[in-house]
Formats: sequence, structure tokens, C-alpha cells
Amino acid sequence: MKHKISFSKQLKNIGSRILELSTPLGMIGLITVSIIVILAIIAPWVVPHDPFSMDATKRLTPPFWMDGGSSTYILGTDHVGRDLLSRLIYGSRVSLLVGLLSVLIAGIIGLFLGLLSGYFGGSWIDQSIMRVVDAMLAIPTLLLVLVAIVVFEPGLVTLILVIGLTSWAQYTRLVRGEVLSVKEREFVQSAKTLGASNTHIISKHILPNVLSSFIVVATIGIATAIMTESSLSFLGLGVQPPDITWGSMLNDGRNYIATSWWIATFPGLAITVTVLAITFLGDWLRDILDPKLKKGGDDDDE
Amino acid sequence: MGYLKRSLLQIIPSLLILTLIVFALVYVAGDPVSQMLPENATAEDRAILTEALGLDEPFHIQYLQYLGDMIRGDFGTSYQYQEPALELVTERLAATLTLSLMALSVAIFISIPLGILAALKRNTVIDFLVSGISVVGKAMPNFWIGIMLILFFAVMFPIFPVSGADSPLHFVLPSITLGVALAAEMTRLVRASVLEVIEQEYVQTARSKGQMESIVIGKHVFLNSLIPVVTIIGLQFPQLIGGAIVVETVFSWPGIGRLLLTAIETSDMAVVQAIVFVIALITIVVNLVTDIIYRVLDPRIKYN
Amino acid sequence: MTNNEQHTPLLSVDHLVTEFSAKGNKSITVVDDVSFTVNPGEIVAIVGESGSGKSITSQSIMGLLKSGGSITNGSIHYQGSNILTLSKKERRQLRGKEMSMIFQEPMSSLNPMLRIKSQIAEALRINQPSKSKRETMDNAIDLLKQVEIPDAEAVANRFPHQLSGGMRQRVMIAIALAGDPKLLIADEPTTALDVTTQAQILALIKDLNKRNGTGVIFITHDLSVVADIADRVLVMYAGKIVESATVYDLFEHPQHPYTIGLMKAMPTLDSQVEELEPISGNAPNLANKPEGCAFYPRCPFATEACLTAVPELRTLEKGHDVRCIHPVKEGVLHEK
Repeated sequence: MKHKISFSKQLKNIGSRILELSTPLGMIGLITVSIIVILAIIAPWVVPHDPFSMDATKRLTPPFWMDGGSSTYILGTDHVGRDLLSRLIYGSRVSLLVGLLSVLIAGIIGLFLGLLSGYFGGSWIDQSIMRVVDAMLAIPTLLLVLVAIVVFEPGLVTLILVIGLTSWAQYTRLVRGEVLSVKEREFVQSAKTLGASNTHIISKHILPNVLSSFIVVATIGIATAIMTESSLSFLGLGVQPPDITWGSMLNDGRNYIATSWWIATFPGLAITVTVLAITFLGDWLRDILDPKLKKGGDDDDE
Repeated sequence: MGYLKRSLLQIIPSLLILTLIVFALVYVAGDPVSQMLPENATAEDRAILTEALGLDEPFHIQYLQYLGDMIRGDFGTSYQYQEPALELVTERLAATLTLSLMALSVAIFISIPLGILAALKRNTVIDFLVSGISVVGKAMPNFWIGIMLILFFAVMFPIFPVSGADSPLHFVLPSITLGVALAAEMTRLVRASVLEVIEQEYVQTARSKGQMESIVIGKHVFLNSLIPVVTIIGLQFPQLIGGAIVVETVFSWPGIGRLLLTAIETSDMAVVQAIVFVIALITIVVNLVTDIIYRVLDPRIKYN
Repeated sequence: MTNNEQHTPLLSVDHLVTEFSAKGNKSITVVDDVSFTVNPGEIVAIVGESGSGKSITSQSIMGLLKSGGSITNGSIHYQGSNILTLSKKERRQLRGKEMSMIFQEPMSSLNPMLRIKSQIAEALRINQPSKSKRETMDNAIDLLKQVEIPDAEAVANRFPHQLSGGMRQRVMIAIALAGDPKLLIADEPTTALDVTTQAQILALIKDLNKRNGTGVIFITHDLSVVADIADRVLVMYAGKIVESATVYDLFEHPQHPYTIGLMKAMPTLDSQVEELEPISGNAPNLANKPEGCAFYPRCPFATEACLTAVPELRTLEKGHDVRCIHPVKEGVLHEK
């Protein structure tokens, strides 16, 4: 049993390794994500204007550095005179909420089915789960989500549920693969011979060992979910007005691209920066949590 | 060709599950009767139509009927267009497939040279730049790329048209827009793959023959690093089609993406079902094709 | 390049130093002041553990150092001219035609995507680009026959993964011989093979050496292989040559404690497996070599003096050099 790594011990190791292994990109990711999260939480207290209040006299004001710009509206206003910066800050709330919650749903389903499928690898349970996974992966997630949107009223809750329920397949596949390899290791085999129950073996021996790669992939999954959410909102099928999202802001701005470029440009920038920061964070987590997943290792033989 | 038979057999359960998912969604959601009848229809009218459509049958009977119709190529009739749904889809399929293939070509033309370059100049400024661009390329939403391209190349410098699919010029912006994400993903993969192959001993063997470095790279490194790249094209294809749906809206491209959005807005379920089925079928075919290419490319699989 | 004078050696390596630097860290000296010569028709073995610098020495000669590696001192003369001063292109033209190489892993040293014939043909065409396709293919089959591959025509059409390890190594040798080189470097060519195949490949190399007068550098970690094949032996440790002698002298009068250790670790027909004594400890970390003699921490004969004095390579008898401040007396090998 001494091969088993307890999760608390793993966490302690991770703590010390964060300092050791801090990379510039990892830190940029961590700091940027933290700033976005904090801004999303304190949005009502920091926005310079009410993001919902329209002012026809101020519509299409350009950012402050341009002719006709004003320092009251740093990033300008949209087609109905709402402050772009305030709306950007509010938009992060929806993106993060959808990203986190949908990955939570997809992750729980994926983890559960993956554990089951991997642990009973080769059995009919495994076979049938993997067939469903194959079917899910054969169609673009976005398409599945779109179909589901027809069925349910578009809105924040629908979006979270639908993205969560349609994107679990990749987690199942990952977890299953991990379980299949962990299962063969000595400590699992010895626990089996000692007569431990399946639930005990899965929760005490297998789960802790697959969790680190799962966390890494789930982190990147948040970025993917944010992308899906903004695509849907851009198509007008996601979060509905008056709720603010970057995707629907972009859709508003699209019609004004010839005259007022800023309306579409800044929300896209916000999505890109957020996704980029989460990706950096995920890559960095991979280096800390899961050295064996590390890509492009340097090799100097002899 | 035994493997072909096997992979085809594996497809069938996947397709069945898929139809089941789609059918279940429609079963839960759809209320074709209210859509088909005028507002002032009586309860009696409703009952007659429900029975006529077989909607009073239990779920599994309805599903079997639906499957049977599908096998005969009958995906139902679009109530909005009053045309067979499958025909509507196949009419517009070519435009979407063209766009996807153009995007794939863009991705290949960008990623292979850049990936090789980055690998050969590993840990230099060039490598850093290429890797940086590919990470950013993956993080940008495609609809935003499309809008930004319109801003630069249609508004600020009016070079390309922004909507429609009439001339070759119309293809430029949409295919770049759709190709960027795949190009970014593939660049990373080509780089990693070349780096792995270049360390292989047979590359040293080629050098020890006195072969020129350019041929060593072109013949021995490139061919071998192509194998994982082919696989990733198959794996990424669903994302490409998914992306096409969005990109088509940005550029008013006359493909199935726009058809799908209209169908969703009007709850035209027959069309939605037909589109999902066709896309899934295409994805499966693409995976099969990449699998075959993979086998043809790699003699270790072909001759075993 | 043809009429080489009788007195110049085929290859002469003088005070070669090869360093590796990894990402701006301080560089590591992997080959440290190595000198030796190879005469035409001679087989010189270089023996050492992994990390001793023997493979890097051969890569330095071939001009095939991996990235990060560079020759920082010394010279390599091939038929009297210093090849380190040549351009990359001239260097490349030496490969295949004048010197070629066989690698350790026959599994990975052939391109998995190409048929055997095209891999041999590639080597042939570099040297004789004017020959017709037909002629090149005939030559390729001839080469396969030369390395004693049965059913050469059929094998030529196969892919590497369809051949056994021994067959693949024969193909490698055929490729190495394609340019009719005067120097063949064999980097652990038999390590990955089973004992029977190993003996066959050794016999083949020796035969080619006798028949064509090819000079051979034979790199191995296995001293028992050396006795069969080599004329002279260099023992390397931590990047340096620690002993150099004719094969007869070395086996009869080994003088460096490391050589003796290697011999004791060598299985012979009449020894029991339990009698084998592996050398204790590990090869030194090249980035952090001990002061004094590099072998000191593992040497059973070490004294206080070995801790500080860096031993020089000394000639004790004619043709027998050893890098040790108190070389071992005779008889040690046989006492228990």
C-alpha cells in the first residue's frame, strides 16, 4: 500500500511546486484569470456606468483617444449609447459562470462514466458507454447544442445545462484511458487481492490518481465552453438580452463594423484574452500536476 | 479490407445512438400539430392530425417508424419550405463542404511550413513567434476573426467582398476565418511531430549516407511526421463543420449553417434532424477516409 | 583522395574535445582530450559504459553531433587532411563515400516508411547519381547478397518492420557499404541482438574488413565482443581514454583498475554467473566530475594520491598506454 499517494500529500507537494515551477506564461495566465474573476465578482461596484442604461444622445461614441471620443466613455459606447467598458466587465460574469458550471456538469458526468467504463474495461458497460461517446464525438458539440436549444427556451440556465450535457464525452474518454492504466498498477491489484470492494478501490485508489490529468483537461474545457457560449450568444441563441455577454455584444457590433469598429472589436478581444489566459493556466497546471503529460520534453542522451 | 468492414460495422451503433438522441429531443420538444394547424383549430382537428401523423403511438413505435422512414431516405418535409428536408440539405451541402475543404487547405498550407520551420529553429525567436501565433490563433473566436477580417480587408482596404459565394474572391475571407483555428492546432502538432521524428536514428542514418540536409528533412523527416497530422485532420473535422455554421452567418454563405439557424428559429424539426444526420454521416466518412490514408501512408499498418 | 601514402594513418584523432551545452547552462565536456589513430584495414575497438563519450567520439568523426554539441579543441585528420576545417558540404561528401556508420538500434535506424531497396538505393545514388535506375537496383541487390541476406530480391521489396533485428542490421551494413567507404564506424552494432545473431554480425564485419581492407572503429560496452574482433582497444571512462593497447596486451596485462573491473564483469564460458562482479557505483556525472582521478570513487585500489592528482596517459610498454598513477601489477585479475 505504500505506493499509494494520498491526495492531501499531493496537494502539499503541489503547493511547494507552484513556487518552484512558476513560469512566466503560467504566471501571466494565473494573474489574468484572477483579475477577470475578481472583476466579474465586484462588477457592480467598479463599473464606471450603468451597463444597461441607454442614452441616444451618446450613441456610437468612439474610444477616448479618437476624434469625438470622451474620457467618460473610455472604450466608447454602443449603438444605443451604453458604456462599452461597463458592459465588457459585466459580460465576464456570464462567460465565467457558463464556463465553470457547464464544465462542472460535464466533468461530473464524464468522470463518473469514465471511471465506470475504465474500471469495467471490456465489459458490456464499457462497450455501451464508449459507443455513446463515439456518437457524441461524431457530431460537432456546437451542433448538438444548437439542436438542444430548439427544444428548450434559450437563456442562461439552458445554456449551462446544454453545454454541460453535450460536452462530457471527451472527459469520459480521457478518464477511461487513465483508469485503464492505473488499474494495472500494483497498489490496485493488491487492494483487489485483499478483497476491497469496487467502490472502495475506485474512490480510494483510482480516483486520486486520475484526478490530476482530469483537472488539467477540465481547465482547458472551461475555455472551450466559453467559446461555445459566445458562439451561441453571437448567433442569438445563447443568453438573451438584457443579460450581457461578449458574444451578443459582438453580434450588436457586427452591423456597425463599417462605422464603429470598437463595438465588435473589444468583446472579441475580451474573449481572446480570457481564453488565452485560461489556456496558459491549464498548460502550466499540466506541468505542475502531471509531468507525464508534459509535451516537447528536452532530451539529451549520452 | 477486413478493417474497412469492421470500421463500418462500428459506425452503425454510433449512428443509431445519434438518431435516438435527436429523436428523443424532438419527441420532448416538438409539437408539430400546433405548428401545422391554424391558431383557431379545434381539439377535434388536433386529435385527427395527431392520429394521422402517428403521434399517438408510444415512443419506441414512433422511433422505429422514424428509423424506417430514414432508411428509405425520407427525413420528412420542411413545413416552412414545403419541400423534402433531405433535399433542402443536400442542395446547400456543396457550399458548406467547399468552405470546409478550402479552410482545410488554408490550414494545411499555413501549418506545415510553419510547423516545420518552428521545429527546425527550435528554441529560437522564430520558434517562439510561431508557437505564440498558434496559441493566439486558437484562442480567437472564429466569428471575431471573420468580423476583424471584414474590418481590415473589406472596410478599411476594400479588397474582398463580404458576403455571398459567387466568385473565387468570395472564398478568401471565409476560408481564412474558418481555417485559422485548425491551422493553429495543426502547426503545434506538426512542430511536435517533426521534433520527435528528427531525433530518430534513421534520420542520422540518412545523414550518414551523405544525403543533403534539405533532402533528409524533405524525404525522411517530413513523410514520417505526416502520419499524426492526418489523424488530427480526421479528429478536428467535426469542429471544422461546427465552425462553418458560425462562419457562414458572418459571411452570409449559402450553406447548411444558415439553413440550420433558420430551421432552429422556426422550429423546423425535419430540417434540423436531416442536417444533424448528414453532418454526422460526413464526419464518419471523413474519419474513415483519414483512417484509410493513414493505413496507406504507414506501411507498418498496411502490411500487418 | 585515392592514392593514400602508406605511412599516414587512415584516421588520426588528436586531442579531441567535444562539449555539449544545454540552453545556456555551462557546457559539459563529453569527450576530453581523446587521441588515437586507425590504420587502413585495422579494427579499433572503443570500450566504455554509456556516458563514457564513446558514441560522441564517433559522432564527432562523422560530423553528426546532435544540436548543442560542438568540437571545441583538437583535430581529426582523415588521410592526412584535417576534416574539421572543411565546409559543411565537403564534410557531407565524405560521409557515405569515405566513412560511414552503423547504429545501435536496427529497429529505429531504418526509415519505417520506405522499402529496403529504396533506402539502399538512396545511398547508392548519392555516390553514383549517373547510374540508371535498373543498375542502382541491381547494385542494391548485390549489396544485400554481400551482407549474406538470403533471398535478397524478396527482402529488397520489404519494409523494415517485416525483417528481424539481425536482418535489419545486415541491411544497415549494406547501406553503410554502398559508398565503398574506407572507414566504417560501428556504434554498438550488436547490442540489441541475441547472441547467435550477434556472432554472425561480428563475423560479417570482420569478413568485410579482411576482404575490402576497410578500417573499422567498433564501439561497444561489452569487452567480450572486443576479444573476437579488434586489433587494438581503447578503454574510455568519463570522456577520457584510460587505457589503450593491442587486444592481446590488454587481455593479458590489463593495467587500469577500470579495465580490470570490466574484465571481471565479463561473463566467460567457464565462469558461473554468480562469480561476475559488476563494478560498484555509477559512472560519474559529467557536469560534476570528481577532482583528481575520475575513477577514484569506484576504484578498489585508490589511494590518497588519487584524490588530488589528475593522472596523465602514460606509455608503460610500447603500444600500451594507461591513465593511472599506480597501474595494477600483474596477477590481480586472477586473485580472488
